[in-house]
Amino acid sequence: MMNEVILIVAIVVAGVSGLPGLLTLRDDRSGERLATGLITLAGVLASVAAVSALVAESPDELGRAWHVPGGRFGVHVDALSAMFILQIAVLSVLGAWFGLEYWPQRDHPQNGRKLRVFYGTVTAGMLLLVVARNGVLFLAGWETMALSAFFLLSTEDDKPIVRSSGFFYLLAAHAGTLCLLAMFAVFEVATGTLDLDAWPAALASPLRDAIFVLALCGFGLKAGLMPLHVWLPGAHANAPSHVSALMSGVLIKMGIYGLVRLTAACDAPPLWWGETLIVAGAVSGVLGVAFAIGQHDLKRLLAYHSVENIGIIVMGLGVAVLGRSLGRPELVALGFAGAMLHVWNHGLFKGLLFLSAGSVLHATGTREIDRLGGLLRRMPLTGLAFLVGAVAICGLPPLNGLISELFVYLGLFRTATLNDPTWLAGGLAAPALALIGALAVACFVKVFGVVFLGQPRTPDVSLAHEAGPLMLVPMALLAATCVFIGVGAPLVAPVLDAAVAAWVGTAAAPLPTLGELAPLLPVSAISAVLLVAILLAGAWIVRASRATPPPELGTWDCGYASPSPRMQYTASSFADLIVDLTGWVLRPLSHVPRLDRVFPSDASFHSHVPDIVLDKMLIPAFSIIRRIMTWLHLIQHGKLHIYLLYILGIVIALLFWWRSM
Amino acid sequence: MNYINIAIHLALALALPPLALGVINKTKAAVAGRLGPPLLQPYFDLAKLLRKSTVISQTTSWVFLAGPAIGLVTVLLASLFVPLGGHVAPLSFEGDFVLFAYMLGLGRFFTILAALDTGSAFEGMGAAREATFSALAEPALFFGFLVLARASGAYSLTAMLGPTVLATWTAAGAALGAVVVSWFIILLAENSRIPFDDPNTHLELTMIHEVMVLDHSGPPFGMILYGASIKLFLFCALIIGLIAPLGALDPWLAWVAFVGLVLVVAVGIGLVESMMARLRMTQVPALLIASCLVAAFGAVLLVR
Repeated sequence: MMNEVILIVAIVVAGVSGLPGLLTLRDDRSGERLATGLITLAGVLASVAAVSALVAESPDELGRAWHVPGGRFGVHVDALSAMFILQIAVLSVLGAWFGLEYWPQRDHPQNGRKLRVFYGTVTAGMLLLVVARNGVLFLAGWETMALSAFFLLSTEDDKPIVRSSGFFYLLAAHAGTLCLLAMFAVFEVATGTLDLDAWPAALASPLRDAIFVLALCGFGLKAGLMPLHVWLPGAHANAPSHVSALMSGVLIKMGIYGLVRLTAACDAPPLWWGETLIVAGAVSGVLGVAFAIGQHDLKRLLAYHSVENIGIIVMGLGVAVLGRSLGRPELVALGFAGAMLHVWNHGLFKGLLFLSAGSVLHATGTREIDRLGGLLRRMPLTGLAFLVGAVAICGLPPLNGLISELFVYLGLFRTATLNDPTWLAGGLAAPALALIGALAVACFVKVFGVVFLGQPRTPDVSLAHEAGPLMLVPMALLAATCVFIGVGAPLVAPVLDAAVAAWVGTAAAPLPTLGELAPLLPVSAISAVLLVAILLAGAWIVRASRATPPPELGTWDCGYASPSPRMQYTASSFADLIVDLTGWVLRPLSHVPRLDRVFPSDASFHSHVPDIVLDKMLIPAFSIIRRIMTWLHLIQHGKLHIYLLYILGIVIALLFWWRSM
Repeated sequence: MNYINIAIHLALALALPPLALGVINKTKAAVAGRLGPPLLQPYFDLAKLLRKSTVISQTTSWVFLAGPAIGLVTVLLASLFVPLGGHVAPLSFEGDFVLFAYMLGLGRFFTILAALDTGSAFEGMGAAREATFSALAEPALFFGFLVLARASGAYSLTAMLGPTVLATWTAAGAALGAVVVSWFIILLAENSRIPFDDPNTHLELTMIHEVMVLDHSGPPFGMILYGASIKLFLFCALIIGLIAPLGALDPWLAWVAFVGLVLVVAVGIGLVESMMARLRMTQVPALLIASCLVAAFGAVLLVR
């Protein structure tokens, strides 16, 4: 009971953290400091509740009656909730500290206070939804989160691009909520209650499948599963960077939490659930990274990588669900632990990447990759942080991404060696995961190479400065956690075991632990050796560069006389080969100038990769629907008071209908 | 015997790789009717480079030197996972093949970054090609692992390729044959051999690996060459593990046979290089995708 009380206090503290700032003057710094302090307090409280729940879960939930139809105030912190709470706490606290320097009230008098109010409420909403045990309470948290995120990402609502991406987000968020409402309605019909734990084992198959499909749509929209990701790139690119970190690192994971919570209570799901999840994850992963490679906007590129990583998480979850269908505990443990650890890892390294991208944006004022260059010499610490994040997101040793991808690989390989027709799902997904990893390497060497290495491509960039301590310390902490999980995997495994046990429930047979299933000790030993070797190599480089005289010459480049910064390979040219190869799905657009005279005048070339789902499918479909629906203008004309009348009329009609039943 | 085997494994992985390169070059020279460089020329080259001084461009940062260093460290660590001569590898556990592939991935990551650090368009071009082609090669490698895992029921390189490979051949010979073909193509691609890349050219626009390391010199360049030769050796060892059930032999005989087979595969690579022309750059992805499909076909053969 204690854990739940502490957590509710944390939710309240986080929810009100931005409010005192509203009472201060526009350029007063006390509001932002107080807000950051309160968020930190809430984060500490929530972490305390989560850790104590992981150590000793309270036996029963905190339940109170609630005067909302179908609602009940049921709150419980179990290991699954705790996994997500820790992540929310870490990223929202670090993001808030980063925001003190990145988005100070002094420089942003118009929107700084609004940002902090909704930063608090989004944190509170997420904390609420991961502990809610009742459908109505869950949706309350869900909507608080969704709406606050809308206001957060449209912080700079004076810019048209921000407004339009905010509008898309709002549409997608509500389409998702609509699916969830429908899902809970079916749930209520099937079970007679809205309590999330009340999933009866013997539920009729059509209803159960309907719930799964609706959940996959609703939660998939939030998680950004391809092709439901349309809102994600624009939203993440245009929000302030610490908000992008929170959204990409944590908020989209709430969709994963929903899927996890819903599948937790369902014993022996049909085979096609797991297969669907694995295939959807693989498609999302491969297409996510393929689209990412084509991007020129640093934050948009990172956003597409969220689509990719959600794909990896869903693949892991799919393996786990498949394991439950087949009664294979080793698949359950490996798949679910891989998914959960990747939820953490993606939060950490994507948070790190967005914060360092924010630091670059703060220093140079541009997100265009092709305008940057040579930043590692001007911002060495930001560059190092980005490099750590890049290595981690590619799943390379010795960092954390490897551990979770290894679990997913092992799960997929064990699926692929089953003597059952479903092996094909694993058999196709494992090479797909390899392709994802290799394309991610291609994408991140492109980003790091073009942004941080070589020479500055524009004069402004050469004036860039290193970020201050308030921005660097959160990045350093996130980077340190990436290293810690990579090297100390055996220490993290018990937490994952607890999460797997919580997901499967106590009724099931005891599960094999991760220590028995995966080579945790050898992997962490090798990671440690690799880390030491890299540090030794670093020491050697320092010594070698002291011993050699400072360079006086430019790049030799086979004797090229004087290469200029503009002649460097750009992000577009680096990605061109892959974009060409995948052109049949990416549909890149290029605007080639016509050279029609002997001495052509000035011309410019540019190319970009639009979002095919949005531009080629949704927008045409919507315009057709709009044309068909013009007759609705009879009743839809933009007069608010008439709309209120409609609502009143429908509520009264519903009441009559309910009475007559 | 166990420690002796590990010692022999390490000694072979450290000492043999340049010799394989020497054999390839000698084979090519013999086919072309030339005398060719001495067999030990790669060792002489490494010794020479270690004594040279290093020239570094003004545009570069620490990443430029980290590339060769990490590139070498990662192949050395990766060499611990690969079973040589049918013996158990020094490090063997479930899922070590993932670590093997990703260790090489880390090396590639930093090698490409070092190329981009020079700020040269030429080296950027090579970097882009390396990134693209290795991304296409990765699924083929994993389709191969998949076939092996499914045929042998094991999840570690030693168990897939080591002592039990004979039983796997009798159970799923056709599928393994497909993997051999696929992995030989991957060997050529990952190690920048003809028909993907020409390790001898220096000023052709069709280069991949060679162009990335243009600006390196002295000991760092030596590290790159040495690391590349170990990588080639490791891929040879993978293929030998696939085709030759050396685990059935006497342990000492198996080591001798393994060294002999490495040289045979090197001669094979030399012959391929002598008899084929380099592909046009636009055709390289097609060949890589084909190798991936061959391995996938092998997986399909295992449908039961």
